[in-house]
Amino acid sequence: MKAMNRRKFLKGSLLGGAAASLVSKSRDAGAAATFGGYPDGMGVLVDLTRCIGCRTCEAACNKEQGLPTPAQAFDDMTVLDHKRRTSEGAFTVVNRYDIPGQDHPLFRKIQCNHCNEPACLTSCFVNAYTKTPEGAVIYDPTVCVGCRTCMIACPFYVPAYSYSSVLNPIIRKCIFCHETRLKFGRPPACVEACPREVMTFGKRNDLIKIGHQRIQSYPDLYEDHIYGENEVGGTAWMYLSSTPFDQVGFDTGLGNQPILSYVKEFLTVVPMVLTIWPALFAGFHLLATRKDAQQKKEEKSEI
Amino acid sequence: MEQIPKYLCGAVLIMLLCFSLLQNSAAAGDGPDSVEIDALAQLFEPVNFDHAMHEDVTESKCAVCHHHTLGTPIEDENCLRCHAESGPADEVSCPGCHSSKRFEAEYLNKIDADNTLYHRDKVGLKAAYHLRCMSCHEEMGAPNDCQDCHARTDAGDKFFHSGQYTPPESDRPAGGGH
Repeated sequence: MKAMNRRKFLKGSLLGGAAASLVSKSRDAGAAATFGGYPDGMGVLVDLTRCIGCRTCEAACNKEQGLPTPAQAFDDMTVLDHKRRTSEGAFTVVNRYDIPGQDHPLFRKIQCNHCNEPACLTSCFVNAYTKTPEGAVIYDPTVCVGCRTCMIACPFYVPAYSYSSVLNPIIRKCIFCHETRLKFGRPPACVEACPREVMTFGKRNDLIKIGHQRIQSYPDLYEDHIYGENEVGGTAWMYLSSTPFDQVGFDTGLGNQPILSYVKEFLTVVPMVLTIWPALFAGFHLLATRKDAQQKKEEKSEI
Repeated sequence: MEQIPKYLCGAVLIMLLCFSLLQNSAAAGDGPDSVEIDALAQLFEPVNFDHAMHEDVTESKCAVCHHHTLGTPIEDENCLRCHAESGPADEVSCPGCHSSKRFEAEYLNKIDADNTLYHRDKVGLKAAYHLRCMSCHEEMGAPNDCQDCHARTDAGDKFFHSGQYTPPESDRPAGGGH
């Protein structure tokens, strides 16, 4: 009889949990559809057709962020022979892409794309990340516990970990020069340093218009797409290209949903399971065994 | 009116007429012989741009660089749509239109406030130079590396970690570094 009761209870609680997750799912889905980034958030439009791979942006970033001396000079173009990723010592890197059938390579600058709904931010369980109204995704190392979930969550593989630091390793990534420039309405160092205005800095909403205007003015030059306008819910840094985006190293299979929307249904149930269930089950256990305990007590007192 | 002699008025009128005629017929030789460009003067030495030589090279097609501002025949079809008959402009120098503070808040706000502005995507001064100069240099097979035009300063070497500031080979991690 007891076993039956417990099974019934478990069934009930599972059904309840499922119902709760369904309710939160529909509510959150509605909320996600309305957030397209802060209305006056700034962004950068990167035009690959203008980039000549001079690496001045890398040098500017190194200086502005006080990064360690690079292994090779910034005018040493042999580094472009390998594909590089952002690291603790380089928040932005330029890669070269040889396009089949074209006599000119294309160059692509990588840095944090500062998503409207950042996966790093939503994956971080100590809230180390903040998306500022200016558009930057910044990071507070003082609360970071070093779990590196954000490195796995980021669809662009941007956050790097300072493995070189023994005692206090932290996440390092481009912060849109938020502390030194963006906060004061100034463009990031790479944008200012670029000799060919590969990067256009402005309000994200304006940049989308500018991007489409460029495509319209020079339809033979540009692919009819702004990478980052919609990808993973939209990013503050966006790209224009003269070749299909997958030929210049972009992941074109990310979809337009923020990474958050793939996991939030599950994540909303986690706190409930972790907080309510233990107390609930402990309570039921106590209730169910109360008779036994009382019986034992009585037996003891009889003796 | 009574105090000014008639012949003086006439002279002024004739002078104004001459001046406007001159402006309308900008041609090779009217520009400066040489222009010092020092927009990047921190990291690079100023560039002495040989204007006269470039007039020869472009066969006096001023519009190659000056777009519609000199009133000479326009090269780019996109400009022709509006500027076919707009005539010479008041500003003809590069910094007259291309701002050296393209991304400063003041400039961005100015664009923001002007709903009627068409040229919202006008490149800044530095990009105007480089996009124009370098694409032409490439076409003509002219020197096109950074230091072919700019000599780098000591501050520039430091910035690029180059020259005497080049990191020693021994510091290089095996495998190219990531």
